[in-house]
Amino acid sequence: MTRRIVITGMGVISSIGQNVAEFRRNLFEGRGGLGALTFPYRGAEVKFPAAPVVDFKIESWIDPKKASLLDRFAQFAVAAALDALKDSGLELTPETAERTAVITGAGVGGQNTLEESYHKLLDPGASGRIHPLTIPRLMVNAGSSHISMATGIVGPGFTVASACASAVHAMGVTLHMLRSGFIDAAITGGAESCLTFGTLRSWEALRVMAPDVCRPFSRDRAGMVIGEGAAMFVLETLENAKARGATIHAEFAGFGMSSDAKDLTTPDARGAARAVANCLKDAGWNPEDVDYVNAHGTGTRINDLTETAVIKKIFGEHSKKTPISASKSLFGHALGAAGALEMLATVLAIKDDLAPPTINYLGPDPECDLDYVPNAARPMTIDKALNNSFAFGGLNAVVAVKKADTALAR
Amino acid sequence: MSQFDEIVNIVAQKAQIDRSKLTREASLVDLQVSSLDMVDVIFTLEDKYGVELPFNANTNAGDFKTLGDLIDMVEKQLATTQAKAAT
Repeated sequence: MTRRIVITGMGVISSIGQNVAEFRRNLFEGRGGLGALTFPYRGAEVKFPAAPVVDFKIESWIDPKKASLLDRFAQFAVAAALDALKDSGLELTPETAERTAVITGAGVGGQNTLEESYHKLLDPGASGRIHPLTIPRLMVNAGSSHISMATGIVGPGFTVASACASAVHAMGVTLHMLRSGFIDAAITGGAESCLTFGTLRSWEALRVMAPDVCRPFSRDRAGMVIGEGAAMFVLETLENAKARGATIHAEFAGFGMSSDAKDLTTPDARGAARAVANCLKDAGWNPEDVDYVNAHGTGTRINDLTETAVIKKIFGEHSKKTPISASKSLFGHALGAAGALEMLATVLAIKDDLAPPTINYLGPDPECDLDYVPNAARPMTIDKALNNSFAFGGLNAVVAVKKADTALAR
Repeated sequence: MSQFDEIVNIVAQKAQIDRSKLTREASLVDLQVSSLDMVDVIFTLEDKYGVELPFNANTNAGDFKTLGDLIDMVEKQLATTQAKAAT
């Protein structure tokens, strides 16, 4: 029989909260973390909409002397992982540490470090000297490595990179490793921090950024706003969790993925629909079993109409009765962390029987005509939910989450 | 070479479209210019003429419907830039 996998720990660093309680409050009250960042450039100031994590203090989590070894994205990863581990109450012994994994997602890695280094190297009048820790700070696997070192987990450890779907791919791979008996527990999720001048300018060059706020599925939506942060989860077998009397937040019921094999940036409805269908099949659910969907919902014209078409194709008539929310309206698009932040939103929706809102919604778009839970959270029974991530490069990943059986949820 | 020909050449090369199809009235949607090709075309035109072309892929329906719209926008921005330089 397939091993059932449950979520027993959750941690978060985001623009709407640096712990789960704060994240939950802002998520359901619809208080977004979108703002703006200003950079000096050639004698002027350049301003970008963004959803930054404000007043993050790594010294609350690790020895301040070690903090300089970590790029900001890895700092987020470690903080969220330690928060999740504490929440889970999981105590690692030398034996269990070998059967526990760290598998996290990141889209780009240490972009803050890379950009700072290039300034020191290339700016007129700069020192031209590169810090010796530049490479270990910027490597894309640094988040997983530092979580392993901070927790003493010595089982499998690696990082999954698939742009905006990195975290969901990481969580899905972890689910299958747990099910197969390869490991018994894991820390998984995603972390990202690339709100640098160079990165924001590069996103701007793609001509897909909103000039003000992200309003997914809404009329007059004008694109994305980039965010940052991390969300991490402790996953373990149901057997393990029951044996140690752990609190079960939700059951991780399924995972599906697919590739479009079409276009680098334009999503393909057929590819995304295959990922959703594969996820439903993996979870053993019918489309009409799904109570709620946390969408990829980036706020671009093409993503939102494609995702709407995908949901209609898979759910048929049931699509009209299924509330869908886009949490990027609240905390922006955190790229490699996005799927993990949205997984947290999904688990909280299930735990609280409350669909989080899609904020900044102005009204229906003729091409996006489903129920997007506009602007206010909605109480409803949520037993089964999906969380979509569709990455640049046409790589799609979808997870299925289920309410913990009443007898198990303590 | 006229500005029209220059712009048409850029679109033909970047989007790999037969030059004979590139008339002023040709619709960019009908020509199947992909969003990435469009961004590349805009970037190349901005570089070549030293102008900024307002374009957001999310709202592009209203901005450049035809090749003629794109050419007009380049000319308009070029005139604005030159007028600024003259003052």
